[in-house]
Amino acid sequence: MTDAALQNFLWIFISALLVNNFVLAYFLGLCPFLGVSGKLETSVRLGGATTFVLIITAICAWALNTYILPHAPYLRLISFIVVIASTVQFIEMLIKKLSPSLFRSLGIFLPLITTNCAILGLAIFATNREYGLLESFIYALGAGGGFTLALVLMAGIREETELTDVPTLIQGTAFNLIIAGILSMAFMGFAGLFSS
Amino acid sequence: MATPSSPYEEMMKGLWRDNPVFVQVLGMCPMLAVTNTAVNALAMGLATLFVLVGSSFLVSVMRSLIPKQVRISSYIIIIATFVTIIDYSLLAVFPKIHKELGAFIPLITANCLILGRQEAFASRNSVGYAVMDAIGMSVGFLFALLALGSVREILGEGALFGFNLFGPNFEPWIIMILPPGGFLTLGLILLFFNWITEKRKQAQIEYQLAEERAS
Amino acid sequence: MSAPVEIKEPSSFRLASTLAIAGLISGVAIVAVYEATLPTITHNKAEELKAAVFKVLPEVTEMRKYQYENNSLRFRTEEGSDDQTLYGGYSQQGAFVGYAIPSAGPGFQDTIGILYGYIPEQRKVVGMEILESRETPGLGDKIYKDLYFVSNFENLSIDPEIMVVKKGLRDEPHEVDAITGATISSKAVVRIINEGNQRWIHKIPTHGIPLPEQKGAE
Repeated sequence: MTDAALQNFLWIFISALLVNNFVLAYFLGLCPFLGVSGKLETSVRLGGATTFVLIITAICAWALNTYILPHAPYLRLISFIVVIASTVQFIEMLIKKLSPSLFRSLGIFLPLITTNCAILGLAIFATNREYGLLESFIYALGAGGGFTLALVLMAGIREETELTDVPTLIQGTAFNLIIAGILSMAFMGFAGLFSS
Repeated sequence: MATPSSPYEEMMKGLWRDNPVFVQVLGMCPMLAVTNTAVNALAMGLATLFVLVGSSFLVSVMRSLIPKQVRISSYIIIIATFVTIIDYSLLAVFPKIHKELGAFIPLITANCLILGRQEAFASRNSVGYAVMDAIGMSVGFLFALLALGSVREILGEGALFGFNLFGPNFEPWIIMILPPGGFLTLGLILLFFNWITEKRKQAQIEYQLAEERAS
Repeated sequence: MSAPVEIKEPSSFRLASTLAIAGLISGVAIVAVYEATLPTITHNKAEELKAAVFKVLPEVTEMRKYQYENNSLRFRTEEGSDDQTLYGGYSQQGAFVGYAIPSAGPGFQDTIGILYGYIPEQRKVVGMEILESRETPGLGDKIYKDLYFVSNFENLSIDPEIMVVKKGLRDEPHEVDAITGATISSKAVVRIINEGNQRWIHKIPTHGIPLPEQKGAE
């Protein structure tokens, strides 16, 4: 029993981290992925903050889904969105107080986490699959890790290409999207992890 | 933002010059996730149109009533309400389409395009302008979704809107309907868009030069 | 995001009440839409399920919802369903044909929900319908688009256990040909059916529950 449970947790984690990476396979959280990830350091920090929000959201979504939503299924979307918005607000205040320098470096991106589809997506997917509390937590951890991983990879590649001679026509989003396409293809290879 | 002259112009700008996807690069998540076929793209575009026009109208009507400090939360509540409405309506009327789009309908709420238009436009302009702007933006969004969905369906399944185009001998490029195909196709479409804009700019410069020479 | 400088700060009461009113209005709107669409949605779902039951069991024209409770089956009369619910299919003459068993589990991307037809007398699966799936378009979605794969489940022995084999290697009555390029999804379907069997086979009677004698007396 414990073996099967452990396997299940590992499966959820690896699936969210690599095989069904939120950014590269589900296209969630693309705005920060394409817009922000120019610098390695910023992307690590943003990834961390997002993971934190993801975890809190996952726990709240589980609680809502277990205790409140069975009585009022139509409130699902609204309640999730309210939870996410207040979590982000709370974290913003917390970071501002604890580490003003981190607050400055994250700047505008913090409030933008609210409209990061990865977070709402996580809440919806986790409740659709009726994950338990621990499963939700692990799923959020994997999804956050996957988001950070994609962000960091992208930032690394973009730092490398900064000095190369890219034709003006392709520079900017088009270039980033094509890189993302190649990354996404590479991540498809992880599907092999589950085939045997 | 400069005040353009007419609501009609507000509408037209969303179609091409300020196209939300090709120029402003907004609303990417639903853009890529559901555009593996043209029908899904169309459905997602229409759902977004409903939500964007509805919320722009409401936000614009209530813009003097909403205090600045809670505006974002109020916009999100308004948007989420419209999304829930369209979610249940689709489930009741077109269950097949609802099944295909699945979890991506609630995700319309987190489409930055919608919140962005409320913040940047609807909350500062009169109802007429706000609605026209919303229509223009969402038609531009729909246009982009359709372009991407058609290319991916034609190459990935050899069909368009479910009608087979090439017959049985066509070997579909499955990669096009898989996630990488979404990124690559959108990248190439953006490239094409840049190319056209660049060409136009050059033509304009040449035209001006020619005029100067003539005079 | 700094708000433009306000000359007079609105009181927190005003802020809270604005949000409360917005929430109230939105709540009313949502409940209204929910109430208005609910009957249609429930009806659609019931129709979909009925169609699926008729598809996975041959020559079935009538269905009943069963509930497993206190070690026996009974007709379920209340709305909805839970994990102890399954369906019985009857022929035109009112004779019991077989069970339609719902089962779900993780696929490659997301949960796959399956309904399959099972005839206890022959210990055979006789049909499979995917109720819910978000498998990769073009690859994993072949579990319901590839008609050859679906036909694998039309006469499938459940003993000792259903097995997936490489396409073309099927020669035993309990084997299923995998879909080329979608092995994971194929295996998931078979695993979900096996799990359904483990849950149900030992506790369902061979002949179901007979329909009440007089028609329309339910």
